[in-house]
Amino acid sequence: MVETHLSVKKLQERFPTSIREVSTFRNEVTIEVAKKDVFQVCQFLFSDPELEYQYLTDLCGLDFYPKTPRFAVVYHLYSFKRNDRLRVKARLEEDESIPSVESIWKVANWFEREAYDLFGISFENHPDLRRLLLWEGYEGHPLRKDYPVEGPDFDKPFRPEV
Amino acid sequence: MAETRFMTINMGPQHPATHGVLRVVLELDGEVIVKAVPHIGHLHRGIEKLAESKTYHQVIPLTDRMDYTNAMGNNLGYVLAVEKLLGIEVPKRAQYIRVMMAELQRIAAHLIWLGTHALDIGAMTMLLYNFREREEVLRIFEEVAGGRLTPTYFRIGGLSKDLPNGIETKIKAFIDNFPSRIKEYETLLTKNVIWLKRTKEVGIISKEDAINWGVSGPTLRGSGVKYDVRKNFPYSSYEDFDFDIPVGTIGDVYDRYIVRLREMEWSTAIVRQVLERLPKGPIISDNPWVALPPKEMVLQDIASLIRHFKIVAEGFRPPVGEVFSSVEASKGELAFYIVSDGSNRPLRLRIRTPSFCNLNALPKMIEGGLIADVIAVIGSIDIVLGEIDR
Repeated sequence: MVETHLSVKKLQERFPTSIREVSTFRNEVTIEVAKKDVFQVCQFLFSDPELEYQYLTDLCGLDFYPKTPRFAVVYHLYSFKRNDRLRVKARLEEDESIPSVESIWKVANWFEREAYDLFGISFENHPDLRRLLLWEGYEGHPLRKDYPVEGPDFDKPFRPEV
Repeated sequence: MAETRFMTINMGPQHPATHGVLRVVLELDGEVIVKAVPHIGHLHRGIEKLAESKTYHQVIPLTDRMDYTNAMGNNLGYVLAVEKLLGIEVPKRAQYIRVMMAELQRIAAHLIWLGTHALDIGAMTMLLYNFREREEVLRIFEEVAGGRLTPTYFRIGGLSKDLPNGIETKIKAFIDNFPSRIKEYETLLTKNVIWLKRTKEVGIISKEDAINWGVSGPTLRGSGVKYDVRKNFPYSSYEDFDFDIPVGTIGDVYDRYIVRLREMEWSTAIVRQVLERLPKGPIISDNPWVALPPKEMVLQDIASLIRHFKIVAEGFRPPVGEVFSSVEASKGELAFYIVSDGSNRPLRLRIRTPSFCNLNALPKMIEGGLIADVIAVIGSIDIVLGEIDR
């Protein structure tokens, strides 16, 4: 099934070296690409007249701590033309950054800010990479696996002195 | 000539018309908006982080608390994702009841939207009418699930319990009555001159922009894109029912209003079809590793008690893998992305919420417009901050 998927075939022809792995689980196709080529691959998937993945349904980060490479960024694309979903994944190390796809899909603006906020993944060429859900000055990135669920102040309500 | 100076105004986070704790910083040239920057996160509870420390069953109540106007729809999205991960089948009766509950919830959610949206623009009567009908839906939920706002009715593999006796007649009475109520709303708004002036050609977003900005749900369909997860990726037996996807033309506030009104009518039609065809049978999967045994069995039979204890205390272990599953919630496409490492807790539960993306597109809709229209546009994209901040 994977080999016959049109997007996989076209990507393998166009980017023979950057496709790391293609897998399928529960009829969902995942394409793992090299981090440095993410932008080109996304641009191709977006603009190729036969594919036209014009809708970025979701973009999120993953943390595989303590495994390496530690992080992954996952893109869920949707094509109105083919009524088809595709998952693109790129892995990166803790100190690396990944190209932003904000210039392809505007919706990625907040998705990437969220991933930056909660995982500390930095995106190159993002126009406005600030924290989104947490405030500026917050320490740490809560969705990292080494960040505790309960902090030292858990269940200890703060009572100001009157 | 004096130099042009922009005025910066902070709207929110405790503004009654922002539908929650949304803060928008507006830069104004007179009354015209030059720049709008939304600030979110005031309601961030870390649901995605919390879910990583819970078993798969324990996550269901968390999903109620995302979009609290559409709790059944959120439950449905989550249980479908886990069922896809496990690869289990749900009995037909459970699927039909799920569809019925999700559609009733869609009606209730749209009623809240209509009431508050009209209230923001200045039509107070609508709110009172809408909450009258919403109350009927919530009474049905209370009887079916035991909860009104946070029902947590669905379970992985099926439902928590079967429909109570006599509820079908109550649901039937509601849907028989409801179309005439929609007509009543329409007499108040659809051709009302003030309503038209406040909503026509306000907050326009074009088809291409709506797609590029990741807008979904009635906001996307208002711009003329015929995309509805119920039709494009049918789930929970939606393919068995006849319904249409209403779309707008230019993507202004009025189009979104019309789309939602028509959607309520189609939801009523779906509920009617479910009631007519509701099959008999079990309401939860018979997979012993996943589905909780019925309560009466737990009280009588030691094997069922052990099974119940195992599932509640330990959960189950799905195969290693990742699934992405989405449903059409009342606000748009609600998607769950679960990554499993084979343990009894998700390695990652990512929730793509519709309001998050719709709000991201807000500046696109209001920049260049008037400040008085901001309220109308925020109301028309129907955001709930509970699911934006999660």
